[in-house]
Amino acid sequence: MSAPTDLNIDHIANLARIALTPEEKAKFATQLGDVLSYIEQLKKVDVSGVEPTAHAFPVYNVWADDVAQLGLSVEAALQNAPAQRNNMIAVPKVVE
Amino acid sequence: MSSELFYKPVTELASLLETKAISAVELTQAVVARTKAVDTKVKAFNSFDEADALAQARASDERRAAGQARGPLDGIPVGMKDVISVAGQPLTASSKMLANFVSPYDATVTQKLKNAGAICWGRLNLDEFAMGSSTENSAFQTTCNPYDLERVPGGSSGGSAAAVAAGEAIVSLGSDTGGSIRQPAALCNVVGFKPTYGLVSRFGLIAFASSLDQIGPFSRSVEDAAITLGAIAGHDPLDSTSFKTEIPDYRAELKQHKGPWRLGIPKEYFGEGLDPEVAATVEKAINYYEKLGCEVKNVSLPHTEYGVGVYYIIATAECSSNLARYDGIRYGHRSKDAKDIVDLYFKSRAEGFGPEVKRRIILGTYVLSSGYYDAYYLRAQKVRTLIRQDFLNAYHDVDAILTPTSPTPAFKRGEKASNPLAMYLSDIYTIGVNLAGLPGISIPCGFSKTGLPIGLQIIGQPFKEAELFAIANSYEKAHDWASRTPFL
Repeated sequence: MSAPTDLNIDHIANLARIALTPEEKAKFATQLGDVLSYIEQLKKVDVSGVEPTAHAFPVYNVWADDVAQLGLSVEAALQNAPAQRNNMIAVPKVVE
Repeated sequence: MSSELFYKPVTELASLLETKAISAVELTQAVVARTKAVDTKVKAFNSFDEADALAQARASDERRAAGQARGPLDGIPVGMKDVISVAGQPLTASSKMLANFVSPYDATVTQKLKNAGAICWGRLNLDEFAMGSSTENSAFQTTCNPYDLERVPGGSSGGSAAAVAAGEAIVSLGSDTGGSIRQPAALCNVVGFKPTYGLVSRFGLIAFASSLDQIGPFSRSVEDAAITLGAIAGHDPLDSTSFKTEIPDYRAELKQHKGPWRLGIPKEYFGEGLDPEVAATVEKAINYYEKLGCEVKNVSLPHTEYGVGVYYIIATAECSSNLARYDGIRYGHRSKDAKDIVDLYFKSRAEGFGPEVKRRIILGTYVLSSGYYDAYYLRAQKVRTLIRQDFLNAYHDVDAILTPTSPTPAFKRGEKASNPLAMYLSDIYTIGVNLAGLPGISIPCGFSKTGLPIGLQIIGQPFKEAELFAIANSYEKAHDWASRTPFL
């Protein structure tokens, strides 16, 4: 069962920077159609005058003293880098 | 309780260690041997480091010999869900994306466990990036339910639940975003506890949905959960959502609360979709409290039916943002055949993420995308307010709320794997607690006719975990479900 939705899977996959195969696109469109039609029920709720909740127990204005502290060593910071050169992360060329 | 060391609770092991009847090395060896004997069947662990665990155990024994033991967790092997950083150990999130990642630092909870003398033990399997309810979404393996190997252990912290149930860890840590501690605990006959949001630091926990994620323990008893929470709770300047509050001695305090309590039964949690055996078993548990002299009354949480919908907007929105960091540049999987930098992002993410993670990123990106934000994300946040108010209103009349943890006992592998919506609905009773930021515990309350565990969920008031533990402890002390162990 797939609900009519205007979920444009190519557009969204592009925003999310994920290459999807044609099979994945077809499958996700159907499955997410089901999920979105289930979510449609939220439209029944009267939310006029209701404030949104981003956090259950919001904490505001978290400050730290401006004191320098030791961070990771270069070696530790780079230990998981897929490619590195001269103590830097190496990436494909970005400018011609 | 079973006579084997690896099935004993922390409270008992702590006395054995204290009187030097056993050493931490002997205990750790027993847990390692048990893991080697049964984990080929259970598959709770992605990996474990025996030499490292034994080195920690020797250090514990040396502290004790020098009169410097650090309390009940000193020398106790604590299993770690593979989303919690332990310096020098793998951190995979059960994803190909992080298959080769090694933690450069400790999570705050890890550091706190080490300070308490605990032995950080192994890397426990989960649904990839904690997204799922069965561990079937792990890129590496599906963990089996120790009570029926054909069935799932629940999820996402399925490895953490199964390891404690099978004697492969004494306690373990998991993370709970929509039920990922409580639901697998219920399916595996162990105690699973999710703290009030903000009580336990999330620093060093791989982020899924930051406004919902909390770390918590799996254990064989409520008292063990209280001990473990006492070790890991507390304000942390490295987590800006961490709450400044006094951390009591939960173990001592749970004995101060003697009841009788006022307990609420929400009718919305006992309707369609609830397995009749689960309903009957949970009702028996409710009867226990009535006989104890508690005032048991009906309460209403009228927005319950919207919980799953709200959750799958908010959680996916936050995950699409959190998982943007996996771009193949600084760490994680990098595609080998990308043409340029943008192609590198597309291909690394396509190759590194599994189907459920991709599905949730797509959904989360959609609900946040231009033109849809108000209709989905903002509306979901408003309904979240109403769900939270339902609970806070109920707490005018009651001290805690009793519900089933999961609508069904453990289901078979593959049963819901191709139907995401059916899988999402298995968290229907646990999700509201995360949306409202409340503490919740699942404790064993019986078995189905076919021998599958059933859990009772008790939902407490914000930051009143000692009272919640007391209510759970009262039931536990009057029953002996926890002494049942699986045949393996």
